Amino acid sequence: MVEHRPWNDIIAYAILTFGVFIVAFPVYLAMIASTHDAVTVIGGNMPLLPGGHTLENYYRAIFVGGSHASREPVGHLLLNSFISATGIAVGKIFISILSAYAVVYFRFPFRKAAFWIIFVTLMLPVEVRIYPTYKVVSDLHMLDTYAGLILPLIASATGTLLFRQFFMTVPDELLEASRIDGAGPFRFFWDTLLPLSVTTIAALFVIQFIYGWNQYLWPLLITTQDSMQTIVTGIKKMLTTTDELAEWQLAMATAVLAMLPPVAVVVFMQRLFVRGLVETEK
Amino acid sequence: MEKSAFFNGKLLPYLLLVPQLTITFVFFYWPASQAVRQSFLREDAFGLSSEFIGLENYQALFAQPEYYKAMLTTLVFSTLVAALSLSIALLFATQADKNLKAAPAYKLFMIWPYAVAPAVAGVLWFFMFHPTLGTLARPLRWMGFDWNPLLNGNHALILVVMAAVWKQISYNFLFFLAGLQSIPKSVIEAGAIDGAGPMRRFWTIVFPLLSPTTFFLLVVNVVYVFFDTFGIIDAVTGGGPAGATTTMVYKVYADGRLGGDLGSSAAQSVVLMAIVIALTAIQFRYVERKVQY
Repeated sequence: MVEHRPWNDIIAYAILTFGVFIVAFPVYLAMIASTHDAVTVIGGNMPLLPGGHTLENYYRAIFVGGSHASREPVGHLLLNSFISATGIAVGKIFISILSAYAVVYFRFPFRKAAFWIIFVTLMLPVEVRIYPTYKVVSDLHMLDTYAGLILPLIASATGTLLFRQFFMTVPDELLEASRIDGAGPFRFFWDTLLPLSVTTIAALFVIQFIYGWNQYLWPLLITTQDSMQTIVTGIKKMLTTTDELAEWQLAMATAVLAMLPPVAVVVFMQRLFVRGLVETEK
Repeated sequence: MEKSAFFNGKLLPYLLLVPQLTITFVFFYWPASQAVRQSFLREDAFGLSSEFIGLENYQALFAQPEYYKAMLTTLVFSTLVAALSLSIALLFATQADKNLKAAPAYKLFMIWPYAVAPAVAGVLWFFMFHPTLGTLARPLRWMGFDWNPLLNGNHALILVVMAAVWKQISYNFLFFLAGLQSIPKSVIEAGAIDGAGPMRRFWTIVFPLLSPTTFFLLVVNVVYVFFDTFGIIDAVTGGGPAGATTTMVYKVYADGRLGGDLGSSAAQSVVLMAIVIALTAIQFRYVERKVQY
């Protein structure tokens, strides 16, 4: 800092603490609600300190589900979310590293065209073409399948652009050197380019995992069976009960469970997360 | 930028492109073109036959008062969310940019809500401000304020805006902080030597230098409000009460699914596509080369 003024630091600490409080309070409240019984939560006078029903609530949410027979235990929804988020992240990395390799390291007719065909997809999120995409998925008999949850969401250009950008920074001498050593396109990719790309791959994985985990509209639309829902779509269904009071304590336990994996990813892989976020937006 | 060293594969590059191009055509170009096609068609109730009706879907759409209402809601919603989340995030980022010992810890505390799903954020805020059981709704009622987002459209919109802002602060914070840290300290020192105080330095030096970041974030935030807030709206209000929180994207969903009017829904999709393409074009035209990370 240019000049040091003690009160300046105090104001900064005060504002930031206030910010952290705003950011944390809704989540704190959800955690508290997940430790009380239904009556305490619904009564409207929930204490701001944890109650004694933590294990019971989480046990019921994870293994039993809501009180309805049709409700799916959250444990299963967590599994669905894990599979689809991982699938989306891995799928995007796989298709985009290959196409970026082709676009950057080969010369062939229609190279520019292929790049632009992929690039345009950057502009239109799945939300603007949901029903036609739904129709395609249903014609391919992929409703209520993991493929249906995953494939339409990996059709995007973010990864290709990121890898293209990274490959451009790799010195040409590396390719020349491996060609002198007699390496073909496969060897160069596997032995040289892939090891260099590890950080980029990890950063992209972190971002895409969070993106996939937090999807809402698409899973909501293409899953008709409760057993194929993801955890994020499942919470809403817990709250839309017509015949009885919503079990908020279970919904909040589910919300906490739904937040844990992506938040853990951000907290424990902060470097990769920040890097991925900044670079995918370039 | 082109590589000077490259391979001369005949078939291989195409094989490498096949997975991505296949998925892009099947799940992107085909549905997008179907949306455009459908917007010129009328399907019968069973979806068995369809006839070409030209621009009738669009005419019907722009004759609908609800559509203008959804446009207005989207406009109000994006303006409020962008203005609030950008200014709050900028305030926090300028504080975290000061030379504090605990700055890295605060940074971590500020960025993790990025990982919370919009739908989950919506549920959290709905719980806090639920008219009967919300912890923060109680003090409002004690003060004699008749708070009820389930019945009052303005209250519902306020609640959705708060949840959307809360969710977006972390993203804006991160980019503002990066922007602030890339401003050379020497410029600020020069201002200080000339006798400018912290506030003056902020408004005449830091804020103008930050403008590329701000503009970039503005576009990103508008796109965020358009699309990513779907989960918040659906979880908190379901577009209601009486359409008060139905944005343009929510209307595409609601008209196509509940109303079953695919022609109108498709026409709305096309309008949205045009808006997003315009926004992206603006972003690339004015932002791409100017933003410094």
